[in-house]
Amino acid sequence: MSEPLLEIRGLSKRFPIHSGLSRRVTGEVRAIDGVDLTIMRGETLGLVGESGCGKSTTGRAILRAIEPTEGEILFHDRAGTVDVAKLGRDELKRVRRRMQMVFQDPYASLNPRMNVEALIAEPLICLEHLTHRQRRDRVVELLELVGLNASYLLRYPHTFSGGQRQRIGIARALALEPDFVVCDEAVSALDVSVQAQVLNLLSDIQERLGTTYLFISHDLGVIEHQCDRVAVMYLGRIVEFAETEALLRTPKMPYVEALLSAVPEPDPHVRRERVAIRGEVADPANRPSGCPFHPRCPYAQEVCKSTVPALRQVEGASGAHLAACHFAEALSLRGVA
Amino acid sequence: MSVDAKPMPATRELVHATPVESPLTLMWYKFRAHRLAVWSIWVIAALYLTAIFANWIAPFDPETRTGLPFSPPSWPTVMVDGAFVWPPVAFGVSQQLDRKTFKRVYAIDTTQRYPVQLFITGDRHSWFGLFPSDMHVIGVDKGGAFFLMGTDSLGRDVFSRMVYGSRISLSIGLVGVAISLVLGVILGGISGYFGGWVDLAVQRLIEIIQCFPSIPLWMALAAALPHDWTTIQVYFGITVILSLVGWTDLARVVRGRFLSLREEDFVMAARLAGASEARIIRKHLLPSFMSHIIASVTLSIPSMILAETALSFLGIGLTPPALSWGVLLQDAQNVNTLATAPWLLLPGALVIVTVLAFNFLGDGLRDAADPFSRESFK
Amino acid sequence: MTPGPIISIRGLEVGALSRHGMLRPLRGIDLDLPHAATTGLVGESGCGKSMTARALLNITPSPMRITAGSITLDDGKTPPVDLAALDPDGAPMRAIRGRRLAMIFQEPMTAFSPVHTIGNQIAEMLLIHEKLDKRAARERSIEMLDLVGMPNARQRFDAHPFNLSGGMRQRAMIAMALACKPEVLVADEPTTALDVTIQAQILELLQRLQQELGMTVLLITHDLGVVARTTSRVAVMYLGQVVEETTTESLFDNPKHPYTQGLLGSVPRLGSRRGRRERLPAMRGSVPPALAELPGCAFHPRCPKAVAGLCDVVKPRMAEVAPGHRARCLLYPEVLAASAALEAA
Repeated sequence: MSEPLLEIRGLSKRFPIHSGLSRRVTGEVRAIDGVDLTIMRGETLGLVGESGCGKSTTGRAILRAIEPTEGEILFHDRAGTVDVAKLGRDELKRVRRRMQMVFQDPYASLNPRMNVEALIAEPLICLEHLTHRQRRDRVVELLELVGLNASYLLRYPHTFSGGQRQRIGIARALALEPDFVVCDEAVSALDVSVQAQVLNLLSDIQERLGTTYLFISHDLGVIEHQCDRVAVMYLGRIVEFAETEALLRTPKMPYVEALLSAVPEPDPHVRRERVAIRGEVADPANRPSGCPFHPRCPYAQEVCKSTVPALRQVEGASGAHLAACHFAEALSLRGVA
Repeated sequence: MSVDAKPMPATRELVHATPVESPLTLMWYKFRAHRLAVWSIWVIAALYLTAIFANWIAPFDPETRTGLPFSPPSWPTVMVDGAFVWPPVAFGVSQQLDRKTFKRVYAIDTTQRYPVQLFITGDRHSWFGLFPSDMHVIGVDKGGAFFLMGTDSLGRDVFSRMVYGSRISLSIGLVGVAISLVLGVILGGISGYFGGWVDLAVQRLIEIIQCFPSIPLWMALAAALPHDWTTIQVYFGITVILSLVGWTDLARVVRGRFLSLREEDFVMAARLAGASEARIIRKHLLPSFMSHIIASVTLSIPSMILAETALSFLGIGLTPPALSWGVLLQDAQNVNTLATAPWLLLPGALVIVTVLAFNFLGDGLRDAADPFSRESFK
Repeated sequence: MTPGPIISIRGLEVGALSRHGMLRPLRGIDLDLPHAATTGLVGESGCGKSMTARALLNITPSPMRITAGSITLDDGKTPPVDLAALDPDGAPMRAIRGRRLAMIFQEPMTAFSPVHTIGNQIAEMLLIHEKLDKRAARERSIEMLDLVGMPNARQRFDAHPFNLSGGMRQRAMIAMALACKPEVLVADEPTTALDVTIQAQILELLQRLQQELGMTVLLITHDLGVVARTTSRVAVMYLGQVVEETTTESLFDNPKHPYTQGLLGSVPRLGSRRGRRERLPAMRGSVPPALAELPGCAFHPRCPKAVAGLCDVVKPRMAEVAPGHRARCLLYPEVLAASAALEAA
């Protein structure tokens, strides 16, 4: 196994809830609540969950695109280890070169008033000292890398299709040759045929440049195809974390079982038997006591209502397989065949 | 990074013939779809050109008394006694008193003909103190009745007075809006950018200002202007008063755009690209709301013009000898005068045309301000 | 004997003139919706599937309008009606819309007025179309909310749309669409905005209601998993035309059109585990814009099997390439024969 690139410890983000005329803080939303993750150099780590589970917030907090409330983000650079969460503005700028992000919405993430050259060159202008000529060469090189024509340089985002825009977004994220890229639902807004192209592109880039990805998605099919390891989030916490294969075939947490069984199979002969779960994702502002999943869990017991299960190694599992369930060993849950 | 490593089959995009347009072109398309706005540009351009070159365009000096008070509008004609004449001619008039009603009656004397001439010599004038001249673009020789919009109680040509009056009426909108723009952008920007208690303070200030009934507020402020001020000083005084009240809407627009843009993904993308706050404001925020600001500014010019007109009409803004449409309308305050000389209301019509034109233009600009609407052809 | 299709669309075209030329989102749709079954309509964004739904209800967004073709609504009991010929705003169309044809949308928030309670909005449908009195309409609305599995239907009657979660809102919209017991339900991406666990619930609900009420459903989606799970027939669309149409089994077992093959191949399927780092067999390019005028087959620039001199010249026609399986691809002799006959004529 390669060495870790990022170690995240106890990462939390809480948003205060204001109410009343005086805007007094009356509560808080725990968008992410003590996330621990280790991301290995050169791997693709999947982060999956339903809307509101905190997966995007986690990705953004790691990059300090939003300020985490607490926690450590240890980044093992070639130069040494830094805690990204504690960096000041200037040091953060240096780390920015190493960590980038591809956004979900290729429409909103490109400034419509800038042309392709200006968009891709922005990180180069801000963080590198290049001559105009060098910069343009680099932009052309990046366009080629993501499979776009250099003749697009002076065009504006609105003249491109969704897939092409996403390629521009990827080119910009790669401009500084980062070690780590957060792909926040990077293919969710794309059509299947274009989605496949972009997934292939991300894999090709990883193969060539050794990029490490945190791949955030709600689509388990895409996650399975793209990721080496997967972490599943529910209500701001990681509830299961294992190698992709192990997690999908032998889930250890009832929520993951339900999630897997709900994915519609593109084959009319296969009828996956759905594990019925009641109700909907709970409100992060109003989280249940004990295990956050217990109100919907078909296997819930008394202990689940009172005690929060820790994320721990499941005994008897092959390899590292973490789950947050009191009955991770006892339950025999169904994965995908 | 090496690019020649290996080809990437199937990752290259196929090029479709998509139209390539710059954002400005898109804006122009959207603006052009707004017919009234396009027409309004011409109307507004004509108004401002008239104001700038008023001294040549007006047939008379605004203070020239023709000795024919309350003469109704009299236009030159091309038909005289059933015969076509060219150039058009104005006739001479004689003034009589109706013995029963004691009203002045003007009788047209069709035997005295004054052909309309271009570049005719008339009252002396100068362009803001420069280029003295006695040439007028259009007019007739002395004695002919060429009062396109009649005359007032002192026999001065209303049309000429309106042309001169447009200088103040039209410029006060621009200057006033410029001052409120500066105030609005600075205060709105600070409010939106810093947020927190600064935002709260600015917002409350705006609400307090907007709560004041505007006319009494203007009156109080205008009354505070020293009486011995010259016309120009009063002019600037009034402008400042108007913009002190008028900046609040602009500040709200700026703040709102600031707040919504800060949440945009592309701003976060820029931040992740290492852009400094100054660069984000300069390169991302300002260009994105510039078009919205221009549209809002255009929409707030009419209220400035109306405010000046209202103040002057009430006699607390500009007073004669200063000339503005509001000052001209003071003559139309009296019902009796109106009954004899309804044409004195014509400056009001001009105010209406101007305000409408600015509103249409502003509507068009507002539609064009955001050319990237996402409705696609599903 | 099986009754004929309840809806049959023939040669349907929708278009509008734009400043770049003629936009043609629909370019001759032929589609039958068999009675009391669920038909799927799949394709990528821009293929015209949503426009087909809108044309079916005669609610094409301005300035788009139906320029050719017919949409025959025939339930076998009342005289057939050509919906394409009706005035979109006329009384006959309004009487059909909502009562005989209903639609549910991707984003239920836009279908409800935010200022009225969902119950009142459902009841209003009944007041207009069924001429029920207020009390009866209320009771029926509560019944409908109950039917779509809304917990505490009686209390939820007075809920405003923003009080409900996405899944509950979608249920409420289904209740509204079904209030007048329509014969045909058009569901335009009904689960795209929902999480998978909620999506599964809504799809199950739609299936159950379709069977209980004997409705005809047109399910529009880009998700092949959703199609496989819920439909009995499928039509695949590409650039404003149906390119393949058959039973769901036949389509997934034996796709005939290279586009369908490409589409099925490029979906990362859960559990299929091709092996990490294996490339997905992606198609080239993307759906051309509705402005594009391509010679020959619309798919030929992206098609891995395209034959030069044929596919970029001859416009393919729809033909039966296997029993009950129609496709629009010149690689099949049946299609070639039909298309050549047309060229000759």
